Amino acid sequence: MQWESSEARFQEKIDQEIKIEPKDWMPEKYRQTLIRQISQHAHSECVGMLPEANWITRAPSLRRKAILIAKVQDEAGHGLYLYSAAETLGISRDEMYDQLHSGKAKYSSIFNYPTLTWADMGAIGWLVDGAAIMNQVPLCRTSYGPYARAMVRICKEESFHQRQGFELLLHLSKGNEAQRRMCQDAINRWWWPSIMMFGPTDDASPNTQQSMKWKIKRFTNDELRQKFIDVCAEQVKFLGMTLPDPDLKWNEERGHYDFGTINWEEFWQVIGGNGPCNQQRLDTRKKAWEEGAWVREAAAAYAEKKKARTPVQQIA
Amino acid sequence: MIRKFYYGDYGESKHGAADISTTNQNKHEWPLWEVFIRSKQGLDHKHAGSLHAADAAMAIENARDVYTRRQEGVSIWVVESKHIHASNPDEAGSFYDPASDKVYRHPTFYDLPDELQYM
Repeated sequence: MQWESSEARFQEKIDQEIKIEPKDWMPEKYRQTLIRQISQHAHSECVGMLPEANWITRAPSLRRKAILIAKVQDEAGHGLYLYSAAETLGISRDEMYDQLHSGKAKYSSIFNYPTLTWADMGAIGWLVDGAAIMNQVPLCRTSYGPYARAMVRICKEESFHQRQGFELLLHLSKGNEAQRRMCQDAINRWWWPSIMMFGPTDDASPNTQQSMKWKIKRFTNDELRQKFIDVCAEQVKFLGMTLPDPDLKWNEERGHYDFGTINWEEFWQVIGGNGPCNQQRLDTRKKAWEEGAWVREAAAAYAEKKKARTPVQQIA
Repeated sequence: MIRKFYYGDYGESKHGAADISTTNQNKHEWPLWEVFIRSKQGLDHKHAGSLHAADAAMAIENARDVYTRRQEGVSIWVVESKHIHASNPDEAGSFYDPASDKVYRHPTFYDLPDELQYM
């Protein structure tokens, strides 16, 4: 009885667009859904640094290098905003790291693809960050306050990520034959994984309904994917390149682009740990965590020692 | 078992649902700090978010890197989260009740002639 009225009051708040804050009553399933979604989002930001960090030392100019460093630093920041948003729901940072490192928690499948050429830095900015923005903008209005606030901050910063990527590709597209080939090749390799980022089709996402009701999610996977495809199909014309989908065609009747069948088998393979770089990404993360252990311990020990010594100094 | 596929939520591992416990087994974690930032001189410090750091000096440096990468601040406060005390949202109704029937605290409550000036 008590529980039912709490649940009803909670839903009433959601319906009135009143944000839920950390100490407010919430259904346990809402809390668990958010912990998982936010922490996996945070993991994606963190692992997302790896494919790009790969190219920092090989950036073709100082300008491009500075941009890439700033972008990777932003990803770290985004991971941190999101981890602390998740912590407000009662999970600790170390638990989340454990889940990532043990392979229990997932992150976006996109980061399990390799970055083979410099043009990949452009394709990631344009397509991967573009798809992320398409997803993240509606999350700025998600019902959980700390998540929404983190997303506002992230969206403000994300725009530069996409623009620098498109600019990079634009330069390559005006370059010599080899540069143009490299540009098209990167688009070919990143296009399908990017549109998979929106997740399975709506009929294969049984919990979309609940999440829409709780206003954690505001648009379905398919709605967002269609929007992204429509936008990219136009943008690619500026590059004089093509998207690698022979079925991509404007449908006058629907007012949208039709597109080919997505290889969901590949998606599930990559999610399931069998993508080209899953092992490498996790190994890199774990190595960084383990090799940083002494730094964390030393800093904690130093802080303890300083705390113990401060009163003595004050007396003196 | 819950299966969800939202953005930032990539489904279960093969071994079933991720075991997300809400117990705090964070013995080795650096403490959590709340960060407040003054965006420019003349404005209040405003809560920006939180972060982990071993001590206050590190918390301020980390806050600079995490929350002011685009010159969002000219001054930073940090306070360990455990020192924050908060009102209870479950009691918000009765807690704020005393103010809800005192419209006469607002200037618009008073009915004065339109011709009256400078008031």
